[in-house]
Amino acid sequence: MDPLHQFQINPIMQLVIAGYDVSFSNSALFMVVAALLVYGLLVHGMKARALVPGRLQSLAEMFYEFVAGMVRENAGHDAKPYFPFVFTLFMFILFGNMLGMIPYTFTFTSHIIVTFALALTVFVFVTVLALIKHGLHFFSFFMPHGAPVALAPILIPIEVISYVMRPVSLSIRLFANMMAGHTMLKVFAGFTVLMIGGLGSVGFLAGLVPIAINIALTGFEFLVAFLQAYVFSILTCLYIRDALELH
Amino acid sequence: MSNLLAKGRLARWSGVAGTSLATLTMMAAPVLAATAEHGGEHAKGGLPQLNPGTFPTQIFWLALTFGALYYLLSKKALPVVAQVLEERQERISRDLSKAASLKEEAEAVMATVDKAMADARAQAQAVIAETVAAFEAENQAKQSALNTQIADRLREAETRIAAAKEQALANVRGEAVGIVREIASKLAGIDADPAQAEAAVAAVMEERR
Repeated sequence: MDPLHQFQINPIMQLVIAGYDVSFSNSALFMVVAALLVYGLLVHGMKARALVPGRLQSLAEMFYEFVAGMVRENAGHDAKPYFPFVFTLFMFILFGNMLGMIPYTFTFTSHIIVTFALALTVFVFVTVLALIKHGLHFFSFFMPHGAPVALAPILIPIEVISYVMRPVSLSIRLFANMMAGHTMLKVFAGFTVLMIGGLGSVGFLAGLVPIAINIALTGFEFLVAFLQAYVFSILTCLYIRDALELH
Repeated sequence: MSNLLAKGRLARWSGVAGTSLATLTMMAAPVLAATAEHGGEHAKGGLPQLNPGTFPTQIFWLALTFGALYYLLSKKALPVVAQVLEERQERISRDLSKAASLKEEAEAVMATVDKAMADARAQAQAVIAETVAAFEAENQAKQSALNTQIADRLREAETRIAAAKEQALANVRGEAVGIVREIASKLAGIDADPAQAEAAVAAVMEERR
């Protein structure tokens, strides 16, 4: 009945490396499943290499062109080498979110440490990219063009903080959305159980109300699952553009 | 630009929505915590997400799966998709250019056909004109030949008529002389001198003409 029980990490196979507990858990299982599904879809879908694609190939190509368009539009043409990174991010998060919509599965994107690690990867990647592209000139990014020099003592800390906060906002947005949605579903489902348990046959009727809400919430959750994967990768694209263009 | 703004707004909106949902859940959590105590096997309490003990395993497996997926996608799967899409694009543009060249070819053939038609027409026109001119010239020649022939015959006939007339006149004069001498001998009994009679006839004829 605990709505937070679903976020519990349960080890499946004990594993300790260098003193750290890195057991293969339910979270790890669904990471592996998501990765396998993404890779399987692309490899199996593209197996035919058909000129006129079938269903799976169409799906694989659709994902490819969707992300390629997103990178082209939001990160610019120079960002082409970073397309595989954005594609992997988008597909991994999307499949993680969507797998979580199946009952009894585990949503690994509902854990802050996972989303934060992903966001930190993006942050480090983008910062290293900017440093390689622009060298020390990268630090001019923190002083907006055309702003009066007198404002620099205020502007530079603000810009630095907002830059450093990027991985935080990026990770919390995804984690909070996924956790909140799944908790809400569980909370409303719990209401039904409580009503039936406490009110008997009246509760059986009254219990239909949370179920109706849950149906609507499930639809909403599918939207959120897609939207958050989209938002995460589109923000990554925008950060890549910032790193490439520095404006 | 507005596109970017819209996306920024979308991201912010979903962020706000997510955060408010999370807050709502946090507020609801204590209410449900009472029921949770039955389950109570993980009596540690709090969010499982904030249990640092689970961080190493999650980071480890995330790095492993995400890294492997990135490697496999970028080295194996995505190049295949790119290649297939490229081949399709190439095939389409090749077919289009082929169609365009075929169309050009057909147009060239049409142009030669048109030109041949025009040439043939012009040639036919020339042949007709030539034939007509030839016929006309021939006609002209025949006409003029006929005309001269007619003129010759006319002239010939005229001279013949004139000769016949002369002949007739001479005969008439001779007869007239004879008649004059006979009349003179019968009426006056004079045997008129032929030369004298002839002169008289000539004078009279000259008078009458």
